[in-house]
Amino acid sequence: MSVSKPLPHDAARLHVTGAARYVDDIPTPARCLHLAFGLSQVAAGRIKSIDLEAVRHAPGVVGVWEANDLPSDCDCSPSAHDEPMLSGKTIHYFGQPVFLVAATSYLAARKAVKAAEILFETRDAILTIDDALAAESRFEDGPRVWSKGDAGEAIDTAPHRIEGEIEMGGQEHFYLEGQTALAIPQEGGDILVHASTQHPTEIQHKVAHALHLPMHGVRVETRRMGGGFGGKESQGNALAIACAVVAAKTGRPAKMRYDRDDDFMITGKRHDFRIAYRAGFDAEGRVLGVEFVQYARCGWAQDLSLPVADRAMLHADNAYHLPAIRIESHRLRTNTQSATAFRGFGGPQGMLGIERVMDHVAHHLGTDPLAVRRANYYAAAQDVDAGGGPAPRSAQPNAPRDISGPKKDADSTTRGASPTVSQMPGAPQPDRVRAPQHQTTPYGQAVTDFILHAMTDRLERDADYTKRRETIAAWNAQSPVLKRGIALTPVKFGISFTLTHLNQAGALVHVYQDGSIAMNHGGTEMGQGLFQKVAQVAASRFGLSPEAIRITATDTAKVPNTSATAASSGSDLNGMAVKAACDTIRDRMAEHLARLYQTEPGTVRFADGHVHVGDAVLSFGEAATLCYEGRVSLSSTGFYKTPGLQWDRIKGRGRPFFYFAYGAACTEVVVDSLTGEYRILRADILHDCGTSLNPALDIGQIEGGYVQGVGWVTTEELVWDSEGRLRTHAPSTYKIPACSDRPDVFHVALWDGANREDTIYRSKAVGEPPFMLGISALMALSDAISAHGSRYPDLHAPATPERVLSAIQRVRDGD
Amino acid sequence: MAQLLRRIEGATLEQGQFWYSGRFFTMDITFLLNGESVSLRDVAPTVTLLDWLREERGLTGTKEGCNEGDCGACTVMVADVEGAKALNACILFLPQLHGKAVRTVEGLSGPDGGLHPVQSAMVDHHGSQCGFCTPGFVVSMAVAHLNGDTAHDDALAGNLCRCTGYAPIIRAAQAAEQAPVPDWLEPAKGFRMPQQPAPLDMAPDSADALADALLRTPDATLIAGATDVGLWVTKGLRDLGPVLFLGRCTDLQQIEETEDGLRIGAAVTMDRMLLAMRDRHPSYAEMIRRYGSAQVRAAATIGGNVANGSPIGDNPPALIALDARLHLRCGQDRRVMAIEDFFIAYGQQDRAPGEFVEAITIPVQKDRLRVYKLSKRFDQDISAVCGAFSITVEDDIVTAARIAFGGMAGIPKRASHVERALVGKPWSDATLASTQDAWEEDFAPMTDMRASAGYRLDSARNMLRRYFLEDRGEAVSVLEVTP
Repeated sequence: MSVSKPLPHDAARLHVTGAARYVDDIPTPARCLHLAFGLSQVAAGRIKSIDLEAVRHAPGVVGVWEANDLPSDCDCSPSAHDEPMLSGKTIHYFGQPVFLVAATSYLAARKAVKAAEILFETRDAILTIDDALAAESRFEDGPRVWSKGDAGEAIDTAPHRIEGEIEMGGQEHFYLEGQTALAIPQEGGDILVHASTQHPTEIQHKVAHALHLPMHGVRVETRRMGGGFGGKESQGNALAIACAVVAAKTGRPAKMRYDRDDDFMITGKRHDFRIAYRAGFDAEGRVLGVEFVQYARCGWAQDLSLPVADRAMLHADNAYHLPAIRIESHRLRTNTQSATAFRGFGGPQGMLGIERVMDHVAHHLGTDPLAVRRANYYAAAQDVDAGGGPAPRSAQPNAPRDISGPKKDADSTTRGASPTVSQMPGAPQPDRVRAPQHQTTPYGQAVTDFILHAMTDRLERDADYTKRRETIAAWNAQSPVLKRGIALTPVKFGISFTLTHLNQAGALVHVYQDGSIAMNHGGTEMGQGLFQKVAQVAASRFGLSPEAIRITATDTAKVPNTSATAASSGSDLNGMAVKAACDTIRDRMAEHLARLYQTEPGTVRFADGHVHVGDAVLSFGEAATLCYEGRVSLSSTGFYKTPGLQWDRIKGRGRPFFYFAYGAACTEVVVDSLTGEYRILRADILHDCGTSLNPALDIGQIEGGYVQGVGWVTTEELVWDSEGRLRTHAPSTYKIPACSDRPDVFHVALWDGANREDTIYRSKAVGEPPFMLGISALMALSDAISAHGSRYPDLHAPATPERVLSAIQRVRDGD
Repeated sequence: MAQLLRRIEGATLEQGQFWYSGRFFTMDITFLLNGESVSLRDVAPTVTLLDWLREERGLTGTKEGCNEGDCGACTVMVADVEGAKALNACILFLPQLHGKAVRTVEGLSGPDGGLHPVQSAMVDHHGSQCGFCTPGFVVSMAVAHLNGDTAHDDALAGNLCRCTGYAPIIRAAQAAEQAPVPDWLEPAKGFRMPQQPAPLDMAPDSADALADALLRTPDATLIAGATDVGLWVTKGLRDLGPVLFLGRCTDLQQIEETEDGLRIGAAVTMDRMLLAMRDRHPSYAEMIRRYGSAQVRAAATIGGNVANGSPIGDNPPALIALDARLHLRCGQDRRVMAIEDFFIAYGQQDRAPGEFVEAITIPVQKDRLRVYKLSKRFDQDISAVCGAFSITVEDDIVTAARIAFGGMAGIPKRASHVERALVGKPWSDATLASTQDAWEEDFAPMTDMRASAGYRLDSARNMLRRYFLEDRGEAVSVLEVTP
């Protein structure tokens, strides 16, 4: 069967020969215009005067637009309708697009932009978390608070207590292919958009809105992205809208791609967070109560910040059963780029908060942090399966549906839409949430599939953790300048969109009369291998090899109303939708062939490239021809929706996730106490993909996710100056991991076990969870720094050499 | 009239040409592209190879990732009589290719479509995910493969990948090591241009010719590797005015042993400088390895790194610590100065109009040099602090000290007070401690996105300590620790 085979990426050969086509590689249509934005040079204030005469007369310029020249507000927001494509008079961040230029070449457009003369009237910008708190500048009316038990009481009466704070920086996606879009006018005012986007339907929706077209007037096609990582979930809207508007105005094709520096200056990044914590625990390190205050710096517009901040709260427990917990979440509005989706979507930040607590608790008690982590783990799956109390129910399990129609603010296409209760009317209540009350997350979801005990045991053994810990202690004792450190940290990540209605997918499958198959679904390909995995599913349904399947570009005209390829959901949702479509066709074929050969449809088998009907063996092509001649429909859509979800985001109660994906990583580092420089010496990873659809692609996600996660907590530092100008706006100043930064020794293994939930071939989502394995590197650095003295290092992220040296100085001064 | 001028400028801007002293500057150039001869007339001197490949030739396999030479997505193979190198096409101007052979990712596969061994290995080892960086990686890998270079981390330090975490790419590179170079690439080894390339006005072919040209056009921008000037064009969007390309001045590319020491021509590229330093001053060579990627080292020149006067250039501190001399030339006049005297203030060097750096000499000496480059990332990162130390100790007494830093002031600068606090003193912990205050007399560094002033001072101080400990045989480098 095709599934579970370690096949290469379907486009691998195109990649290595340079033949894989990205949006900017599409042959530029005749008379195409090239667009560039003119950007604000202040972080907050108003435009006092703007003179674009020189821009208009610059060589090659065909058109210049300010906000009030546009056909609408051209809103780019995926949530609150608060992102006009061009600023208008009010400026919200340094880098905000103020005007739009169309010219006959890319260079001409970029050069023309520089001729603008704009005078800004600046006001004090709100840049930092503290600025925003002082000014009460926030989204939503106040902090969101979820709690379980009485955390304050539990902490105050606990035998031991700690409190502290960790800051964690944002992160630039640094997709190698920058944001790009191309719009081509069609007959009758329709428009075709090629976009590098994770969310073609959202582009379609926003372009339609901007041009006052019905959605059927806009077609969006995405063959592939040169990396997405969340940065192309909503951040491509502005380019697509700009191209569409110019195309509609001029009747000419229009293309826009951000120069790398512009991409940094304009687009959102991962949210930086500060998390303050207080925890009470017993002598074994078991946490009895914990309080978190999470401060998220959301930037100037709402974008996807509410669900990001929600997901940070949803991962404040990570792998740990916390009997009493209070999580307070502040979503702060600042005059900076609007922070957006990035692999993990708030999960990494929430998880880093509790991992920091575990590390701090262990340091306080002088015990091995792994022992503390284990002591706090949820109970293993087999221990909680039987019996248990009733499912936790929402206070309003069947809340009446709001039928008042779409509000102006609503963008139900995206995760930015945040209704309070997220559930389909009449949706069945979760039936698998039976478990003892002690085994629920802080938001009341039963944890029934916890496998980290066994995984940790195996990783501890494979990585030789205990012995290496001793070896490292001995090595450190004789090495005054260099110190090593090691840490093993777990990941438990919730899988599903927390906006329940997004957990749906469609597919379109055609079987041609020669037996070749074209497959389409709503997911987008950004390098993760989704197309190959789903093709393997389709091939398996027909008993074929994947070469029989042609994977075509994502196209809103083929599959409508798609969700973003995000939240790790791509293969779970689209794999199931494709399976449904294939099975429909297969059943029709089986029925027809059974009639022809006078046998039962149930006995027709599709295997090894053949169709077995009674005693006859047909090639799949012959079978397809027979069905065609028998006037059987060989085309079908397929549809899937994730069952059993129900979630109240205001109360913080319900079952937002279909299941959890698990992993664990053990990282060893060496640190130089003279400069704070460090290296990762070794990493061992064990990760859970359920029954892998393609182990090679899954291992690729794990290795890549780990290194990207390590980048987040080590070298990737975003620096804004006091004027609110991002100073790290190119790879010369913003340092993602390079080749030699990967661990010298790097072992990755897949946990062998099926998903307990009925997912596509019992596999598990893999896009985001491995990112958080990188947290082990930060904890290993903390461990190495601890060797210099008795005080807790209080290491913030990213732990640049400068931060590491300063932590070493703190640890020493504390002696 | 204004309208007419605008139209003329319009044409120049559209085509990347420029208008200067009443005439257009363009060039006629010839090079090989994927094995076929290409002759271009009236080429504007600052059109980049990347833009030309993608926009004029429709060869879109070569990608633009950053347009500043930091990501490697645009890597191409460029061969000349010295062999094949990987270069960043985004900051490579077409005239720099005159008389050379270029191979893009499209030219790596065989005429029948057969894959190059590194391409097959990348498929087999799952080395591509989104695929956007892949052409650049594949070209870098093919160049290393052609040259028998198996130091893969170094060969690929200038290629960024955001998807894979690099592990499968390195597995692919290792798997392809033993495969023979495909027939169709063999000519790149013994490179021959079919005909002698024609001379170019704006590309003098000797130091003498350069001196003359610069006297005639003293405001010309000199372009050697274009790793810095390239960004003036791609990021600053500047029209450079008159330019002079140095790539054909072979006499500026020589390294010779002379009575005064090692004389290094200003146009010696950093990859050759690395080789020259490897045995003489290995710590300097190690710094050069990290200073820039293979693509940058193959283009950047020692003269350029000194002459641009950057306070964070990594060569000046090392050269100052080695007591190097700078040879300047204007027409037939030459002068020699201690290299530290060249740097007057931020953005200001002791170079007259029409004058250029001709060579650098490094006196013969016992190797006491250690260069410590401190940055957020080890490879291909600009230093927060770069410290160079050459301290002579006889009978446990410091008899001489030359210490210089980049990143600590507006210019590359000697730590004179620290040096004075050391010389004549015992080589000891106590002496090190006594230098504590001297550092602040020497330096008042700034805070920026790379580091804070405090960290710069602390780490600079600690680098002296590192030198001391290293001298005593202590382990002080995380790069030398093995798992």
